[in-house]
Amino acid sequence: MSAIETAVAVRAGERSALEVVDAHLELIAQRDPELHAFNLVTAESARAEAAAIDSRVSAGEAVGPLAGVPLAVKDNMCTKGVPTTCSSKILEGWRPPYDATVVTRLREAGAVSVGKTNLDEFAMGSSTEHSAFGPTRNPHDPSKVPGGSSGGSAASVAAGFTPLGIGSDTGGSIRQPAAFCGVVGMKPTYGVVSRYGLIAFASSLDQIGPFAADVADAAALFDVIAGHDPLDSTSIRDFTPTASAMLDEGVDGLRIGVVKELAGGPGGVPGLAADVLARTAEAVEVLATAGALVDEVSVPSSTLGLSAYYLVAPAEASSNLARYDGVRYGLRVDGPTTPEMTTATRTAGFGPEVKRRIMLGTYALSAGYYDAFYGKALKVRTMMLSDFARVYEDFDVLVAPTTPTTAFELGARTQDPLTMYVNDVCTIPSNLTGHPAISVPFGVGDDGMPVGVQVLAPALHDAQTFRVAAVLEAAS
Amino acid sequence: MAERLTRDEVVHVARLARLELAEDEIDRFTQQLGAILEHAADVEALEVTDVEPTSHPLPLSNVMRADVVSESLDRDDVMAQAPVPQDGQFRVPPVLGERP
Repeated sequence: MSAIETAVAVRAGERSALEVVDAHLELIAQRDPELHAFNLVTAESARAEAAAIDSRVSAGEAVGPLAGVPLAVKDNMCTKGVPTTCSSKILEGWRPPYDATVVTRLREAGAVSVGKTNLDEFAMGSSTEHSAFGPTRNPHDPSKVPGGSSGGSAASVAAGFTPLGIGSDTGGSIRQPAAFCGVVGMKPTYGVVSRYGLIAFASSLDQIGPFAADVADAAALFDVIAGHDPLDSTSIRDFTPTASAMLDEGVDGLRIGVVKELAGGPGGVPGLAADVLARTAEAVEVLATAGALVDEVSVPSSTLGLSAYYLVAPAEASSNLARYDGVRYGLRVDGPTTPEMTTATRTAGFGPEVKRRIMLGTYALSAGYYDAFYGKALKVRTMMLSDFARVYEDFDVLVAPTTPTTAFELGARTQDPLTMYVNDVCTIPSNLTGHPAISVPFGVGDDGMPVGVQVLAPALHDAQTFRVAAVLEAAS
Repeated sequence: MAERLTRDEVVHVARLARLELAEDEIDRFTQQLGAILEHAADVEALEVTDVEPTSHPLPLSNVMRADVVSESLDRDDVMAQAPVPQDGQFRVPPVLGERP
């Protein structure tokens, strides 16, 4: 039963929210010991929230559009009084004194959070293997990674633990695990969803977005979480979400560009697998058959995205993560002086990937290297913004693969950071530009694992991505 | 591959970042960070003097709220999460010099 169908049945009093939540908790209890999608299952509070929704329905009171729908929340979003770890030892046991705005909005909409999902520590990674609490496994094949960093939320939806999941996407951390796990995942326009209560990784790139088993559910979730929040100074004013309303508009007459550099074209990004490119080409055929005007298009600066991202994101992370100093919250490892205490705390509390990115960012910002690395990466962002602005004069949306390959084996890429980073090559451009993009499942690879196709749109045209994804979903 | 980054630079950066690295970590980071910087050579090599930098996707200026009193976080809730609270404050070891 989809999230929308569940909410309709709960609102009509035809299904009990408590029964729905109990059935999902039962599934989690059976299979999550194997998959480890969750860092924490909050069964008791979930059952209490569901029972409260049932009481309100029987009393004839209004309940929200997602009433009784089980939800998985990535463990880098603050939940008041409930442990929030970022899958890091440095925050183990920390209980935030407030809720993230998305958490508040979803509770008001009637969604029932059943727990906090695993991630790569501080959302830095593409496989959920860089978690201090052990990896999450892919529900389609537990020997494979679920992708990352929002691997726990993607796996939760793919395993049927929850119809809905919430993730964050800094360089592909929603879309890449969605593709690997065969679910829908979407990164909204920067500023459309409040980041208040999202623990910062790279503040100019981070954006919260939805996971769901189908496009309509993802659109419903997007419509609930999108909108202005005075608590986030980068939140866009006057945005009205219309993803659900536009879902059935089809693609007849829509101008769709296939990004050559991200789809196997000459001089484009290397390492894209033949099966992924074949599914992408088939998706393009589907859109053309449905009436879209399809053409190839060049976005030259997209090939520079990977390098630029792995300078900008670590630079911002090195600054954001300076707050973990052992003084105000989280872990403290004692030392004779405050600087020594801080060094001991950070050395014990951060895992290797987080240390690597802090080091890289500190280097890229340090005297003598700032102009050569960070400064130039910021100029690549400008080049990308103008490239995409030019392309969007002639096209409404763009299509590309979500990932270079299907899900890989656990342990296959943890030794060499660069081979892990390459996973993000097709998703990064949308983070550097702040534009929306969705990944929708489209067939399988030669190994039988899910393939995701990505739909990119200009800023604030989030609804277009869902609309095109709905056509691809119907054909796959 | 030419040395992108020396061992001494890794030690220096670790100190700036308040991280203490074991000997084998210094070796590993020197190699790994060097490889990442080598990959970034495409960006480093760009001739982009007349391109303006973009540090943020939104053209934001200062965002102000109305100057009205609103509820803020409860002090006790915040202090309850501190590693070593004392009298409503965060207790830390000496900032300069040795512990008395």
